[in-house]
Amino acid sequence: MAILETRALEKHFGRIPAVNGIDLTSEDGELLAILGPSGSGKSTLMRMVAGLEEPSSGDILVDNESIVGVPPKRRNVAMVFQNFALYPHMSVRENIRFPLVARKVPEAEQQQKIDWVTGILEIENLLERRPTRLSGGQMQRVALARALVRDPELFVFDEPLSSLDAQIRSQARGELRELHDRTRITTLYVTHDQLEALGLADRVAVIHEGRIHQLGTPRELYENPGNLFVAGFIGDPPMNLIDLGDTILGARPEHLLEADSVSQEEIAVDLDVEIEHLEFLGAEWLIYGAVRGGVPEGDRAPRVIGRLRQAEPPGFGTGERRRFVIRQSNARYFDPQSGERTNGPGVAAA
Amino acid sequence: MSTVTGGHHPVSAAPTGLMGRISEALERPGVLGCVMLAPAVLYVVFFVAVPFFMAILLSLSDATAGDPRIDNFVGLDNFIAVTGQEAFWTALWNSLIITAATVTTIVVLATIAVEILAREFRGKRLVQVLFMMPWAMPVSLAAITWLWLLDSQFSPIDWVLVQIGILGPDGLFGPSRHVYYLGRTGWGMASAVFVDAWRTLPLATIIVLAGRLSIPRERLEQAQIDGAGFFRTLFRVVLPALAPVLIVAILFTALLVIGEVSTIELLTRGGPGHSTQILPLWAYEKGIESGDLGQGAAIALFLFPVLLAAAIVALRFASRLHDD
Repeated sequence: MAILETRALEKHFGRIPAVNGIDLTSEDGELLAILGPSGSGKSTLMRMVAGLEEPSSGDILVDNESIVGVPPKRRNVAMVFQNFALYPHMSVRENIRFPLVARKVPEAEQQQKIDWVTGILEIENLLERRPTRLSGGQMQRVALARALVRDPELFVFDEPLSSLDAQIRSQARGELRELHDRTRITTLYVTHDQLEALGLADRVAVIHEGRIHQLGTPRELYENPGNLFVAGFIGDPPMNLIDLGDTILGARPEHLLEADSVSQEEIAVDLDVEIEHLEFLGAEWLIYGAVRGGVPEGDRAPRVIGRLRQAEPPGFGTGERRRFVIRQSNARYFDPQSGERTNGPGVAAA
Repeated sequence: MSTVTGGHHPVSAAPTGLMGRISEALERPGVLGCVMLAPAVLYVVFFVAVPFFMAILLSLSDATAGDPRIDNFVGLDNFIAVTGQEAFWTALWNSLIITAATVTTIVVLATIAVEILAREFRGKRLVQVLFMMPWAMPVSLAAITWLWLLDSQFSPIDWVLVQIGILGPDGLFGPSRHVYYLGRTGWGMASAVFVDAWRTLPLATIIVLAGRLSIPRERLEQAQIDGAGFFRTLFRVVLPALAPVLIVAILFTALLVIGEVSTIELLTRGGPGHSTQILPLWAYEKGIESGDLGQGAAIALFLFPVLLAAAIVALRFASRLHDD
């Protein structure tokens, strides 16, 4: 267990900044996700924490002690790579033993630790196999076992689910969370997949262009995105962002409601929507529409996406015009210039 | 779309003229394949297979330079005759020693060179070019250089050794001012090993470097994170991954070195006496210079079954490692 902290952390490759001033403090035993699109700097951040890159400036601290300049072998940081990076010519047992031997753990203790970790991850029956004879899910467990066996202060995960088949990914996600709840090792979980970040993490840091755009619990990010980037990045489909001229109104697809269900004084914006396309997703319908009225005239009609949480077909079809409204309580406002969150027109501080 | 009507398909116009028919024929995979393979097959047949079978026939006949007809089958007489000569066994032993020593040297040096060349550093390009020089250098030029470097009277190596007090009247290994590299059996062999290693190291390095660069970077970083130092990473992570390419490199250099005539021919000509004689040179001296084609062929073919078996075993082993 440990607290990870970065202070004004920067990393430039030549003149290209990859990480551009990141201040981040984890809580003890937290599962902290770093979420961002590819090229956002999240991998560089993670590699600096693991010791594979040296920061250009700034500091990285574990329990208030700087680890900058400490080589990876003397940091107590375990990392699980995206492709698991198992040693192919060693058996599973030798793979798990490798960090113990490298760290000169006494032999009796080695066996004890291997027993403990293989028990937790339920891989006792795989110990004599070669990694090439394992399935993706088994490889992940072995990689986790190898990381866990040395009692790290800090776990760093690099997209550990992305090389798994889609079918077992949600199961693996649950297992990862369970493992974290059992061990309570502070974990940095790097991913571009918001489903993983929101579903797994205690808190999520959204990173873009080398900066942290917002740090918060999954619910905070979803309900109260701090700027336009987070609003457009979190949620699938993302938040509807409707340009009202002096402000941008954001609303989740499920907050696009048919006008007759909402009383007049609650309405933040009233839209005349032409239904362009309907999508059936099993438990819900997605409604793709073009806004024909209710917003300032623009070059082209803004598009909105609505979500109807029902399996039955909606009471309208493609080509029809409907009035959709957004409740004042569901509306989020952003400054069109800075992209930052504002309180919106005529609304007292939230 | 239009509906398909049975039995009536639009067909492009039939080819006309010679070029048209040739181009039509080349469209067929069977024809095109044969045409494309023909140069390689013809090359192998005329320049590898025919000489090889000629050599087998020669070794079983009493052909000489004066009477080169293969008309008299003598069975294994030639093989029995050559194995009765002391020079043959010296040559066989020397060939094996030189090859084994060269290959061992190369494996160690290539591994070190690859560890250096796999890293990024200033001036890497220049180092790479210098490194490849021995391979690109013409054999004759290399031979002149080495003959001078190893000369009995004018060797610059000796001169340097005298200057730093290792050779010469007051030197550690004095009083002689010269090592006479090529005039003493041990030094002659060592010189041959040195020059062979110098010439084949670039080839081995290229082969091994390709294998080294195909190791995923994550695996090496994982070793770092797991706490492994340089040597643990090298012996436990890098070398096991390199095993298949090392075997290929060993095989290639061994076959090159064991068949190499020019090094010994240029440095010692097998002397003094037959003390640095090697099989291919001995085969040439017997078969061409002494004119006994049958015995020459027998000497040249002597190692063939051994080399073939070694090559098959090595390649099998490499491919099994690769699959694993």
